[in-house]
Amino acid sequence: MRCTQCHEREAVVFLTQIAQDQVIKLHLCERCAAEKGVETTASLGKTPVGTFLASMGKGLESGAALPAGIDPSGACPTCGATLSDFRESGRLGCAECYRTFETALRDLLRRLHGSSRHLGERYAPPGAPAAESEAARVAQLRDQLRVAVETESFELAAELRDQLRSIVGEG
Amino acid sequence: MIDLSLLPDGGMAWLDASGPGSHLVLSTRIRLARNLATYTFATRNNLADREAILRDVLQAARETVSLRNALNFRLDQLERVDRQLLHERHLISRELAGIEESATVRSGAALLVQDRVGVMLNEEDHLRLQGLRSGFDLEVAYQEVDRLDGELGQRLPFAFHSEFGYLTSCPTNVGTGLRASVLIHLPGLVLTKEISKVLQGLAQVGLTFRGLYGEGSEVVGNFFQLSNQTTLGKTEKELLDHLGKMVRQVIEYEEQARAVLLRDVPTIIEDKVWRAYGLLRHARSVSFDETMNLLSGVRLGVGLGLVDQCGMYALNKLLVHTQPAHLAALEGVRPEDPDLSVRRARFVRALLEDEAGRRGQSP
Repeated sequence: MRCTQCHEREAVVFLTQIAQDQVIKLHLCERCAAEKGVETTASLGKTPVGTFLASMGKGLESGAALPAGIDPSGACPTCGATLSDFRESGRLGCAECYRTFETALRDLLRRLHGSSRHLGERYAPPGAPAAESEAARVAQLRDQLRVAVETESFELAAELRDQLRSIVGEG
Repeated sequence: MIDLSLLPDGGMAWLDASGPGSHLVLSTRIRLARNLATYTFATRNNLADREAILRDVLQAARETVSLRNALNFRLDQLERVDRQLLHERHLISRELAGIEESATVRSGAALLVQDRVGVMLNEEDHLRLQGLRSGFDLEVAYQEVDRLDGELGQRLPFAFHSEFGYLTSCPTNVGTGLRASVLIHLPGLVLTKEISKVLQGLAQVGLTFRGLYGEGSEVVGNFFQLSNQTTLGKTEKELLDHLGKMVRQVIEYEEQARAVLLRDVPTIIEDKVWRAYGLLRHARSVSFDETMNLLSGVRLGVGLGLVDQCGMYALNKLLVHTQPAHLAALEGVRPEDPDLSVRRARFVRALLEDEAGRRGQSP
Protein backbone atom coordinates (compact mmCIF):
# COMPACT_ATOMS: atom_id res chain seq x y z
CA MET A 1 0.00 0.00 0.00
CA ARG A 2 1.29 3.45 -0.96
CA CYS A 3 1.76 6.29 1.54
CA THR A 4 -1.30 8.57 1.47
CA GLN A 5 0.96 11.61 2.00
CA CYS A 6 3.71 11.34 -0.64
CA HIS A 7 2.09 8.64 -2.82
CA GLU A 8 5.60 7.35 -3.51
CA ARG A 9 6.89 5.10 -0.79
CA GLU A 10 5.38 1.99 0.78
CA ALA A 11 3.20 2.77 3.82
CA VAL A 12 4.47 1.22 7.04
CA VAL A 13 2.45 3.17 9.62
CA PHE A 14 -1.32 2.77 9.75
CA LEU A 15 -2.83 5.48 11.83
CA THR A 16 -6.38 6.23 12.94
CA GLN A 17 -6.51 9.80 14.20
CA ILE A 18 -9.36 11.58 15.85
CA ALA A 19 -8.96 15.30 15.20
CA GLN A 20 -11.68 17.93 15.22
CA ASP A 21 -14.14 15.10 15.87
CA GLN A 22 -13.34 13.45 12.55
CA VAL A 23 -11.93 10.00 12.26
CA ILE A 24 -9.00 10.27 9.84
CA LYS A 25 -7.22 7.23 8.49
CA LEU A 26 -3.62 7.68 7.37
CA HIS A 27 -1.30 5.21 5.74
CA LEU A 28 2.17 6.68 5.97
CA CYS A 29 5.68 5.78 4.93
CA GLU A 30 8.41 6.04 7.55
CA ARG A 31 9.61 9.46 6.37
CA CYS A 32 6.17 11.10 6.21
CA ALA A 33 5.29 9.55 9.58
CA ALA A 34 8.43 11.06 11.10
CA GLU A 35 7.57 14.46 9.59
CA LYS A 36 4.13 14.25 11.18
CA GLY A 37 5.71 13.42 14.51
CA VAL A 38 4.29 9.90 14.57
CA GLU A 39 6.37 7.54 16.67
CA THR A 40 8.08 4.93 14.55
CA THR A 41 11.34 3.17 15.11
CA ALA A 42 12.91 6.10 13.22
CA SER A 43 11.62 8.53 15.83
CA LEU A 44 12.23 6.26 18.81
CA GLY A 45 14.15 8.98 20.64
CA LYS A 46 10.87 10.76 21.43
CA THR A 47 9.37 7.93 23.49
CA PRO A 48 10.38 6.85 27.00
CA VAL A 49 11.46 3.47 25.67
CA GLY A 50 13.31 5.16 22.84
CA THR A 51 15.13 7.66 25.05
CA PHE A 52 16.03 4.88 27.41
CA LEU A 53 17.21 2.55 24.68
CA ALA A 54 19.19 5.30 22.98
CA SER A 55 20.92 6.22 26.24
CA MET A 56 21.68 2.56 26.96
CA GLY A 57 23.40 2.25 23.62
CA LYS A 58 25.46 5.39 24.14
CA GLY A 59 26.48 4.29 27.61
CA LEU A 60 27.81 1.03 26.25
CA GLU A 61 29.57 2.52 23.27
CA SER A 62 31.45 5.00 25.44
CA GLY A 63 32.40 2.20 27.82
CA ALA A 64 30.53 3.69 30.77
CA ALA A 65 30.74 1.85 34.07
CA LEU A 66 28.30 -1.03 34.24
CA PRO A 67 26.51 -2.05 37.41
CA ALA A 68 28.16 -4.93 39.23
CA GLY A 69 27.33 -8.40 38.01
CA ILE A 70 26.82 -7.44 34.38
CA ASP A 71 28.92 -9.14 31.77
CA PRO A 72 31.10 -6.36 30.29
CA SER A 73 30.15 -7.60 26.82
CA GLY A 74 26.59 -6.70 27.85
CA ALA A 75 25.23 -10.09 26.81
CA CYS A 76 22.65 -12.08 28.73
CA PRO A 77 24.37 -15.31 29.92
CA THR A 78 21.30 -17.41 29.03
CA CYS A 79 20.21 -16.21 25.60
CA GLY A 80 23.10 -14.01 24.49
CA ALA A 81 20.89 -10.97 23.91
CA THR A 82 22.57 -7.61 24.36
CA LEU A 83 21.14 -4.20 25.15
CA SER A 84 21.59 -3.18 21.55
CA ASP A 85 19.42 -6.17 20.53
CA PHE A 86 16.81 -4.86 22.94
CA ARG A 87 17.24 -1.37 21.52
CA GLU A 88 16.56 -2.66 18.04
CA SER A 89 13.61 -4.94 18.73
CA GLY A 90 12.11 -3.51 21.93
CA ARG A 91 11.84 -7.14 23.11
CA LEU A 92 13.77 -9.02 25.78
CA GLY A 93 15.35 -12.34 24.86
CA CYS A 94 14.47 -14.46 27.90
CA ALA A 95 13.50 -14.35 31.57
CA GLU A 96 17.18 -14.09 32.58
CA CYS A 97 17.46 -10.80 30.61
CA TYR A 98 15.36 -9.18 33.34
CA ARG A 99 18.02 -10.12 35.89
CA THR A 100 20.96 -9.28 33.62
CA PHE A 101 19.64 -5.79 32.81
CA GLU A 102 17.76 -5.40 36.10
CA THR A 103 19.02 -1.94 37.11
CA ALA A 104 18.41 -0.41 33.71
CA LEU A 105 15.03 -2.09 33.33
CA ARG A 106 13.85 -0.93 36.75
CA ASP A 107 14.31 2.63 35.56
CA LEU A 108 12.50 1.95 32.27
CA LEU A 109 9.59 0.17 34.00
CA ARG A 110 9.14 3.12 36.35
CA ARG A 111 8.84 5.42 33.38
CA LEU A 112 6.51 3.11 31.48
CA HIS A 113 4.23 2.02 34.31
CA GLY A 114 4.88 4.57 37.05
CA SER A 115 6.29 1.77 39.23
CA SER A 116 8.65 -1.17 38.97
CA ARG A 117 6.97 -3.21 41.70
CA HIS A 118 4.56 -5.99 40.93
CA LEU A 119 1.70 -5.78 43.41
CA GLY A 120 -0.52 -8.35 41.72
CA GLU A 121 -0.86 -12.06 42.36
CA ARG A 122 2.26 -13.83 43.60
CA TYR A 123 3.41 -16.96 41.86
CA ALA A 124 5.31 -20.03 42.95
CA PRO A 125 6.40 -22.43 40.20
CA PRO A 126 5.33 -26.08 40.44
CA GLY A 127 7.28 -27.92 43.14
CA ALA A 128 8.07 -24.81 45.20
CA PRO A 129 6.11 -25.01 48.46
CA ALA A 130 4.08 -21.80 48.70
CA ALA A 131 4.86 -21.17 52.38
CA GLU A 132 8.58 -21.42 51.84
CA SER A 133 8.51 -19.00 48.92
CA GLU A 134 6.43 -16.56 50.97
CA ALA A 135 8.97 -16.69 53.76
CA ALA A 136 11.72 -16.06 51.22
CA ARG A 137 9.74 -13.15 49.84
CA VAL A 138 9.33 -11.60 53.30
CA ALA A 139 13.05 -11.99 53.96
CA GLN A 140 13.86 -10.39 50.64
CA LEU A 141 11.51 -7.48 51.28
CA ARG A 142 12.97 -6.90 54.75
CA ASP A 143 16.43 -6.86 53.22
CA GLN A 144 15.37 -4.37 50.53
CA LEU A 145 13.65 -2.23 53.16
CA ARG A 146 16.81 -2.06 55.26
CA VAL A 147 18.86 -0.96 52.23
CA ALA A 148 16.20 1.60 51.28
CA VAL A 149 16.25 3.14 54.76
CA GLU A 150 20.05 3.15 54.84
CA THR A 151 20.21 4.94 51.50
CA GLU A 152 17.40 7.31 52.56
CA SER A 153 15.13 6.20 49.67
CA PHE A 154 12.05 6.91 51.73
CA GLU A 155 9.51 6.64 48.94
CA LEU A 156 10.75 3.16 48.10
CA ALA A 157 10.90 2.29 51.80
CA ALA A 158 7.24 3.23 52.24
CA GLU A 159 6.29 1.10 49.25
CA LEU A 160 8.26 -1.86 50.65
CA ARG A 161 6.72 -1.43 54.08
CA ASP A 162 3.23 -1.54 52.52
CA GLN A 163 4.13 -4.69 50.63
CA LEU A 164 5.42 -6.33 53.79
CA ARG A 165 2.22 -5.42 55.60
CA SER A 166 0.12 -6.88 52.83
CA ILE A 167 1.92 -10.22 53.24
CA VAL A 168 2.40 -10.53 57.00
CA GLY A 169 -0.65 -8.51 58.05
CA GLU A 170 -0.83 -5.22 59.92
CA GLY A 171 0.92 -6.73 62.93
CA MET B 1 -11.91 -25.01 5.58
CA ILE B 2 -12.20 -25.44 9.35
CA ASP B 3 -15.59 -26.24 10.77
CA LEU B 4 -16.40 -23.51 13.24
CA SER B 5 -19.65 -25.18 14.17
CA LEU B 6 -17.45 -27.40 16.30
CA LEU B 7 -16.98 -24.47 18.63
CA PRO B 8 -19.63 -23.98 21.29
CA ASP B 9 -22.28 -21.69 19.78
CA GLY B 10 -19.96 -21.42 16.82
CA GLY B 11 -17.38 -19.78 19.05
CA MET B 12 -19.46 -16.65 19.45
CA ALA B 13 -21.31 -17.18 22.70
CA TRP B 14 -19.65 -13.93 23.69
CA LEU B 15 -21.53 -12.11 20.90
CA ASP B 16 -25.00 -13.35 21.77
CA ALA B 17 -26.04 -9.96 23.16
CA SER B 18 -27.13 -11.53 26.45
CA GLY B 19 -24.51 -10.05 28.75
CA PRO B 20 -24.91 -7.04 31.04
CA GLY B 21 -24.99 -3.65 29.27
CA SER B 22 -25.07 -5.40 25.89
CA HIS B 23 -27.00 -2.55 24.23
CA LEU B 24 -23.67 -0.65 24.28
CA VAL B 25 -20.95 -3.16 25.15
CA LEU B 26 -20.47 -6.06 22.77
CA SER B 27 -17.88 -8.02 24.64
CA THR B 28 -15.34 -8.04 27.44
CA ARG B 29 -11.95 -9.64 26.91
CA ILE B 30 -9.12 -10.25 29.35
CA ARG B 31 -5.74 -11.59 28.44
CA LEU B 32 -2.83 -12.63 30.62
CA ALA B 33 0.65 -12.77 29.08
CA ARG B 34 2.78 -15.66 30.38
CA ASN B 35 6.11 -17.21 29.41
CA LEU B 36 7.77 -20.45 30.39
CA ALA B 37 10.95 -19.91 32.41
CA THR B 38 12.60 -22.83 30.63
CA TYR B 39 12.63 -21.40 27.07
CA THR B 40 13.91 -18.18 25.50
CA PHE B 41 11.27 -15.65 24.43
CA ALA B 42 9.70 -15.53 20.97
CA THR B 43 12.25 -13.22 19.31
CA ARG B 44 15.14 -15.54 20.20
CA ASN B 45 13.68 -19.03 20.01
CA ASN B 46 13.61 -21.51 17.15
CA LEU B 47 11.12 -23.99 15.76
CA ALA B 48 12.34 -26.77 18.08
CA ASP B 49 11.72 -24.52 21.11
CA ARG B 50 8.28 -23.57 19.84
CA GLU B 51 7.37 -27.21 19.25
CA ALA B 52 8.57 -28.05 22.78
CA ILE B 53 6.47 -25.19 24.21
CA LEU B 54 3.42 -26.51 22.34
CA ARG B 55 4.02 -30.02 23.65
CA ASP B 56 4.47 -28.88 27.28
CA VAL B 57 1.41 -26.63 27.22
CA LEU B 58 -0.81 -29.19 25.48
CA GLN B 59 0.14 -31.81 28.02
CA ALA B 60 -0.59 -29.46 30.93
CA ALA B 61 -3.83 -28.24 29.33
CA ARG B 62 -5.17 -31.80 29.11
CA GLU B 63 -4.97 -32.04 32.90
CA THR B 64 -6.97 -28.86 33.49
CA VAL B 65 -10.73 -28.45 33.83
CA SER B 66 -10.61 -25.20 31.85
CA LEU B 67 -9.01 -26.70 28.73
CA ARG B 68 -9.24 -30.50 28.90
CA ASN B 69 -11.73 -30.62 26.01
CA ALA B 70 -10.17 -27.72 24.11
CA LEU B 71 -10.06 -27.57 20.34
CA ASN B 72 -6.50 -27.29 19.10
CA PHE B 73 -5.74 -25.29 15.96
CA ARG B 74 -2.22 -25.42 14.53
CA LEU B 75 -2.30 -22.05 12.77
CA ASP B 76 0.84 -22.78 10.77
CA GLN B 77 -1.00 -25.69 9.20
CA LEU B 78 -4.15 -23.73 8.34
CA GLU B 79 -4.92 -21.83 5.17
CA ARG B 80 -4.87 -18.04 5.28
CA VAL B 81 -8.68 -17.86 4.98
CA ASP B 82 -9.10 -20.04 8.08
CA ARG B 83 -6.66 -17.95 10.07
CA GLN B 84 -8.55 -14.86 8.99
CA LEU B 85 -11.79 -16.50 10.13
CA LEU B 86 -10.38 -17.12 13.61
CA HIS B 87 -9.12 -13.55 13.71
CA GLU B 88 -12.52 -12.20 12.67
CA ARG B 89 -14.00 -14.19 15.56
CA HIS B 90 -11.61 -12.34 17.87
CA LEU B 91 -10.06 -15.68 18.86
CA ILE B 92 -6.55 -14.85 17.65
CA SER B 93 -4.57 -11.64 17.23
CA ARG B 94 -3.60 -10.18 13.89
CA GLU B 95 0.02 -11.01 14.64
CA LEU B 96 -0.67 -14.67 15.41
CA ALA B 97 -2.95 -15.00 12.39
CA GLY B 98 -0.12 -13.71 10.17
CA ILE B 99 -2.60 -12.04 7.83
CA GLU B 100 -0.88 -8.69 7.39
CA GLU B 101 0.22 -7.94 3.85
CA SER B 102 3.63 -9.58 3.42
CA ALA B 103 3.37 -11.26 6.84
CA THR B 104 3.66 -14.99 7.31
CA VAL B 105 2.33 -17.17 10.07
CA ARG B 106 4.96 -18.07 12.67
CA SER B 107 5.82 -21.74 12.79
CA GLY B 108 4.44 -23.28 15.97
CA ALA B 109 1.62 -20.72 16.25
CA ALA B 110 -1.46 -22.37 17.76
CA LEU B 111 -4.77 -21.74 19.49
CA LEU B 112 -6.47 -23.75 22.20
CA VAL B 113 -10.08 -22.85 22.86
CA GLN B 114 -12.82 -24.23 25.08
CA ASP B 115 -16.05 -22.38 25.84
CA ARG B 116 -15.12 -18.82 26.67
CA VAL B 117 -11.45 -19.28 27.50
CA GLY B 118 -8.48 -19.98 25.31
CA VAL B 119 -4.73 -19.76 24.92
CA MET B 120 -2.79 -18.33 22.01
CA LEU B 121 0.53 -20.16 21.77
CA ASN B 122 3.82 -18.87 20.42
CA GLU B 123 2.49 -15.36 20.03
CA GLU B 124 4.72 -12.49 21.20
CA ASP B 125 4.69 -14.36 24.52
CA HIS B 126 4.71 -18.14 24.86
CA LEU B 127 1.16 -18.09 26.22
CA ARG B 128 -1.54 -15.50 25.95
CA LEU B 129 -4.41 -16.75 28.11
CA GLN B 130 -7.70 -15.13 27.23
CA GLY B 131 -11.24 -14.97 28.52
CA LEU B 132 -14.16 -13.59 26.52
CA ARG B 133 -17.61 -12.67 27.76
CA SER B 134 -20.70 -11.25 26.12
CA GLY B 135 -21.50 -7.70 27.26
CA PHE B 136 -19.76 -5.77 30.04
CA ASP B 137 -18.55 -8.40 32.48
CA LEU B 138 -14.99 -7.79 33.71
CA GLU B 139 -15.44 -9.71 36.94
CA VAL B 140 -16.56 -13.04 35.47
CA ALA B 141 -14.19 -12.77 32.49
CA TYR B 142 -11.32 -12.39 34.98
CA GLN B 143 -12.54 -15.23 37.21
CA GLU B 144 -12.50 -17.60 34.25
CA VAL B 145 -9.08 -16.62 32.93
CA ASP B 146 -7.68 -16.51 36.48
CA ARG B 147 -8.79 -20.09 37.06
CA LEU B 148 -7.09 -21.14 33.83
CA ASP B 149 -3.96 -19.26 34.90
CA GLY B 150 -3.96 -21.08 38.25
CA GLU B 151 -4.47 -24.47 36.64
CA LEU B 152 -1.69 -24.00 34.10
CA GLY B 153 0.67 -22.26 36.55
CA GLN B 154 0.58 -25.31 38.84
CA ARG B 155 1.78 -27.49 35.99
CA LEU B 156 4.11 -25.21 34.03
CA PRO B 157 7.00 -23.08 35.35
CA PHE B 158 5.98 -19.52 34.45
CA ALA B 159 8.73 -16.87 34.27
CA PHE B 160 8.25 -14.74 37.40
CA HIS B 161 10.49 -12.15 39.08
CA SER B 162 9.95 -11.26 42.74
CA GLU B 163 10.03 -7.53 42.03
CA PHE B 164 8.81 -7.23 38.41
CA GLY B 165 6.17 -9.97 38.49
CA TYR B 166 5.31 -12.06 35.42
CA LEU B 167 8.01 -11.55 32.79
CA THR B 168 7.03 -10.79 29.22
CA SER B 169 8.80 -10.36 25.94
CA CYS B 170 7.91 -6.64 25.83
CA PRO B 171 8.41 -4.59 29.02
CA THR B 172 5.04 -2.86 28.46
CA ASN B 173 3.24 -6.08 29.52
CA VAL B 174 5.35 -7.04 32.53
CA GLY B 175 3.92 -7.40 36.06
CA THR B 176 0.36 -8.70 35.94
CA GLY B 177 0.57 -9.32 32.18
CA LEU B 178 -3.07 -8.30 32.23
CA ARG B 179 -4.81 -6.42 29.46
CA ALA B 180 -8.57 -6.05 29.89
CA SER B 181 -10.59 -4.58 27.05
CA VAL B 182 -14.18 -3.68 26.55
CA LEU B 183 -15.62 -3.43 23.03
CA ILE B 184 -18.10 -0.59 23.12
CA HIS B 185 -20.33 1.14 20.56
CA LEU B 186 -20.25 4.94 20.87
CA PRO B 187 -22.23 6.52 18.00
CA GLY B 188 -23.82 9.13 20.26
CA LEU B 189 -20.46 10.53 21.32
CA VAL B 190 -19.24 10.50 17.70
CA LEU B 191 -22.39 12.29 16.42
CA THR B 192 -22.30 14.92 19.18
CA LYS B 193 -18.56 15.37 18.49
CA GLU B 194 -17.70 14.66 22.13
CA ILE B 195 -15.67 11.57 21.35
CA SER B 196 -12.23 13.19 21.09
CA LYS B 197 -12.68 14.81 24.50
CA VAL B 198 -13.68 11.48 26.04
CA LEU B 199 -10.77 9.59 24.46
CA GLN B 200 -8.30 12.26 25.54
CA GLY B 201 -9.70 12.04 29.05
CA LEU B 202 -9.23 8.26 29.05
CA ALA B 203 -5.60 8.65 27.98
CA GLN B 204 -5.03 10.93 30.96
CA VAL B 205 -6.25 8.26 33.38
CA GLY B 206 -4.02 5.54 31.95
CA LEU B 207 -6.45 3.93 29.51
CA THR B 208 -6.07 3.49 25.79
CA PHE B 209 -8.36 2.73 22.86
CA ARG B 210 -8.07 0.60 19.75
CA GLY B 211 -10.24 -0.39 16.79
CA LEU B 212 -12.65 -3.28 16.32
CA TYR B 213 -9.96 -5.96 16.07
CA GLY B 214 -7.67 -4.73 18.85
CA GLU B 215 -4.03 -3.86 18.44
CA GLY B 216 -3.15 -2.26 15.10
CA SER B 217 -6.74 -2.15 13.85
CA GLU B 218 -8.78 0.81 12.69
CA VAL B 219 -11.97 2.20 14.17
CA VAL B 220 -14.96 1.13 12.06
CA GLY B 221 -18.66 1.40 12.75
CA ASN B 222 -18.04 3.55 15.87
CA PHE B 223 -16.73 0.52 17.79
CA PHE B 224 -13.94 1.23 20.25
CA GLN B 225 -11.92 -1.17 22.38
CA LEU B 226 -11.10 0.50 25.68
CA SER B 227 -8.31 -1.06 27.73
CA ASN B 228 -5.72 -0.50 30.45
CA GLN B 229 -2.37 0.90 29.32
CA THR B 230 -0.11 -0.14 32.22
CA THR B 231 0.23 -3.60 33.75
CA LEU B 232 2.64 -3.07 36.66
CA GLY B 233 2.41 -1.40 40.08
CA LYS B 234 -1.26 -2.19 40.65
CA THR B 235 -3.08 -5.36 41.62
CA GLU B 236 -5.24 -7.16 39.07
CA LYS B 237 -8.30 -6.01 41.00
CA GLU B 238 -7.18 -2.38 40.97
CA LEU B 239 -6.58 -2.49 37.20
CA LEU B 240 -10.01 -4.05 36.57
CA ASP B 241 -11.83 -1.74 39.00
CA HIS B 242 -10.27 1.31 37.40
CA LEU B 243 -11.19 0.22 33.86
CA GLY B 244 -14.68 -0.76 35.02
CA LYS B 245 -15.24 2.60 36.68
CA MET B 246 -14.12 4.49 33.59
CA VAL B 247 -16.20 2.35 31.22
CA ARG B 248 -19.29 2.99 33.37
CA GLN B 249 -18.51 6.68 33.07
CA VAL B 250 -18.21 6.40 29.26
CA ILE B 251 -21.54 4.50 29.14
CA GLU B 252 -23.12 7.36 31.07
CA TYR B 253 -21.66 9.94 28.65
CA GLU B 254 -22.88 7.93 25.68
CA GLU B 255 -26.38 7.73 27.14
CA GLN B 256 -26.37 11.46 27.82
CA ALA B 257 -25.23 12.13 24.24
CA ARG B 258 -28.07 9.96 22.90
CA ALA B 259 -30.59 11.78 25.09
CA VAL B 260 -29.32 15.12 23.78
CA LEU B 261 -29.61 13.93 20.17
CA LEU B 262 -33.18 12.71 20.71
CA ARG B 263 -34.13 15.93 22.46
CA ASP B 264 -32.45 18.45 20.12
CA VAL B 265 -32.42 16.84 16.68
CA PRO B 266 -34.96 13.99 16.73
CA THR B 267 -35.79 14.25 13.02
CA ILE B 268 -32.16 14.16 11.93
CA ILE B 269 -31.47 11.10 14.11
CA GLU B 270 -34.60 9.28 12.95
CA ASP B 271 -33.73 10.03 9.35
CA LYS B 272 -30.15 8.81 9.83
CA VAL B 273 -31.23 5.57 11.47
CA TRP B 274 -33.92 4.75 8.89
CA ARG B 275 -31.67 5.61 5.97
CA ALA B 276 -29.13 3.12 7.33
CA TYR B 277 -31.85 0.49 7.72
CA GLY B 278 -33.27 1.25 4.28
CA LEU B 279 -29.89 0.91 2.60
CA LEU B 280 -29.16 -2.41 4.28
CA ARG B 281 -32.67 -3.64 3.47
CA HIS B 282 -32.41 -2.76 -0.24
CA ALA B 283 -28.79 -2.29 -1.37
CA ARG B 284 -27.53 -4.62 -4.11
CA SER B 285 -23.81 -4.32 -3.38
CA VAL B 286 -22.17 -3.26 -0.13
CA SER B 287 -18.57 -3.30 1.16
CA PHE B 288 -17.66 -4.49 4.65
CA ASP B 289 -16.75 -1.00 5.88
CA GLU B 290 -20.03 0.46 4.60
CA THR B 291 -21.95 -2.42 6.18
CA MET B 292 -20.29 -1.70 9.51
CA ASN B 293 -21.19 1.98 9.34
CA LEU B 294 -24.79 1.24 8.37
CA LEU B 295 -25.09 -1.40 11.09
CA SER B 296 -23.86 1.23 13.53
CA GLY B 297 -26.79 3.47 12.51
CA VAL B 298 -29.33 0.67 12.86
CA ARG B 299 -27.84 -0.39 16.18
CA LEU B 300 -28.28 3.16 17.45
CA GLY B 301 -31.90 3.06 16.22
CA VAL B 302 -32.57 -0.22 18.03
CA GLY B 303 -30.90 1.14 21.19
CA LEU B 304 -33.08 4.27 21.06
CA GLY B 305 -36.24 2.26 20.49
CA LEU B 306 -36.75 3.84 17.06
CA VAL B 307 -36.36 0.60 15.10
CA ASP B 308 -38.16 -2.55 16.23
CA GLN B 309 -37.86 -4.51 13.00
CA CYS B 310 -34.73 -6.20 14.29
CA GLY B 311 -33.02 -7.09 17.56
CA MET B 312 -29.45 -6.86 18.86
CA TYR B 313 -28.81 -10.56 18.31
CA ALA B 314 -29.59 -10.23 14.59
CA LEU B 315 -27.32 -7.19 14.38
CA ASN B 316 -24.48 -9.07 16.07
CA LYS B 317 -25.02 -11.96 13.69
CA LEU B 318 -24.72 -9.54 10.77
CA LEU B 319 -21.62 -8.02 12.32
CA VAL B 320 -19.94 -11.41 12.43
CA HIS B 321 -21.12 -12.94 9.18
CA THR B 322 -20.58 -9.97 6.85
CA GLN B 323 -16.84 -10.02 7.60
CA PRO B 324 -14.93 -11.13 4.49
CA ALA B 325 -13.72 -14.58 5.61
CA HIS B 326 -17.04 -15.41 7.32
CA LEU B 327 -19.14 -14.37 4.36
CA ALA B 328 -16.88 -16.26 1.99
CA ALA B 329 -17.21 -19.38 4.16
CA LEU B 330 -21.00 -19.10 4.22
CA GLU B 331 -21.17 -18.59 0.46
CA GLY B 332 -18.56 -21.22 -0.36
CA VAL B 333 -16.29 -18.76 -2.20
CA ARG B 334 -12.86 -17.21 -1.56
CA PRO B 335 -12.64 -13.92 0.44
CA GLU B 336 -11.21 -12.22 -2.66
CA ASP B 337 -14.24 -13.25 -4.77
CA PRO B 338 -15.17 -10.26 -7.00
CA ASP B 339 -18.88 -10.69 -6.22
CA LEU B 340 -18.44 -10.65 -2.46
CA SER B 341 -20.06 -7.21 -2.07
CA VAL B 342 -23.09 -8.40 -4.06
CA ARG B 343 -23.27 -11.58 -1.99
CA ARG B 344 -22.97 -9.52 1.20
CA ALA B 345 -25.89 -7.27 0.20
CA ARG B 346 -28.02 -10.33 -0.61
CA PHE B 347 -27.17 -11.98 2.71
CA VAL B 348 -27.99 -8.81 4.68
CA ARG B 349 -31.31 -8.29 2.84
CA ALA B 350 -32.41 -11.86 3.49
CA LEU B 351 -31.50 -11.78 7.16
CA LEU B 352 -33.20 -8.44 7.81
CA GLU B 353 -36.32 -9.49 5.91
CA ASP B 354 -36.52 -12.71 7.87
CA GLU B 355 -36.00 -10.84 11.14
CA ALA B 356 -38.71 -8.28 10.31
CA GLY B 357 -41.10 -11.10 9.34
CA ARG B 358 -40.39 -12.96 12.54
CA ARG B 359 -41.17 -9.85 14.54
CA GLY B 360 -44.47 -9.63 12.66
CA GLN B 361 -43.88 -6.24 11.17
CA SER B 362 -43.25 -4.95 7.72
CA PRO B 363 -41.62 -1.58 7.20
